[in-house]
Amino acid sequence: MSEAIATKSDQAVDDHGHDAGHGTTTGISNNKLMMWAFLGSECLLFGALISTYLLYKERFNGFAEGLAPFAEDGRNIGPRFGGSDGEGVFDIPFTSISSFVLLASSLTMVLALSSIRRGEYRNFRIWTLTTAALGSVFIAGQIYEFTEFVEKGLGYSTNIFGSAFFTLTGFHGVHVTIGIVMLLATYIMHKQGRLNQDKAETVEIVGLYWHFVDVVWILIFTVVYLFPQ
Amino acid sequence: MTDTAVDAAVDAHDDDHHPSDLFYVKIAGILALFTALEVGTYFIEDSVDPWFLYLSLSVLMIIKFAMVAAYFMHLKYDTPWFRYLFIAGLVLAMGVYAIFLFAYDVFGLG
Repeated sequence: MSEAIATKSDQAVDDHGHDAGHGTTTGISNNKLMMWAFLGSECLLFGALISTYLLYKERFNGFAEGLAPFAEDGRNIGPRFGGSDGEGVFDIPFTSISSFVLLASSLTMVLALSSIRRGEYRNFRIWTLTTAALGSVFIAGQIYEFTEFVEKGLGYSTNIFGSAFFTLTGFHGVHVTIGIVMLLATYIMHKQGRLNQDKAETVEIVGLYWHFVDVVWILIFTVVYLFPQ
Repeated sequence: MTDTAVDAAVDAHDDDHHPSDLFYVKIAGILALFTALEVGTYFIEDSVDPWFLYLSLSVLMIIKFAMVAAYFMHLKYDTPWFRYLFIAGLVLAMGVYAIFLFAYDVFGLG
């Protein structure tokens, strides 16, 4: 009787799409462990990029005259000269909307995971596609922003600030794009019948990556855009 | 103990580990509020001490980071080993790059 109950219990736990580490020697899901180790290492990557930005943003405040922020025509190009009334290239209200969009995508991602755990496949498909769409809106906003910067005279090689800024935000944009591809792959796998309630952990792992991209943007938005120059 | 009782126990266990959708919406609402506060500082920065802005923006950023990691990434509910891995990466990154930035006197404290 007790064996029958244990079997039933194990089956039920598996059906709820978690506790996937049941069969591993550590009792922890190897896939999730790998993703967390990867995200830990990503902290070092983005730490390096943010630190480099912090190091070189001073160059455009005029501390290293001649290196930056001057463009080829001698104009002083920086992100936020004169604070809110300045003529810098940053458009804080626009980037704020992008930040809200990415934040909203984290909510829809977690709702997609909840849906597939409960076996609500229609909701799962809706939330997954919504998350991918919101990510695409964020990327579209970033492309628009980059285009505006270039038109205002701040390109990748205009000054050392531009190089640090585009490298940092560009790397983040690439991560968001990879996340969108992962979300679409998840959706396609589900449509093909290869991803359902008992494999909800796959969605959870994609979600971990997506939320990480969001937390990195929380740092970038504050440090790069909002900190006073 | 019947099969139904086992099912109920497993469901209760499931509820303990995964908050409701409404809970996630509330967390997102709080995050949106904090983001709005952050953005609000941009419009008053000319009339406020920059150090106050650095401090308040940093606090809001850390709270938002922790909330997403704890609730959306389920670090609060998952095994502590995931937390240790992530925090190890964070601490290593912050330690290494803090030394790097202080070495270059980026914070102007030297």
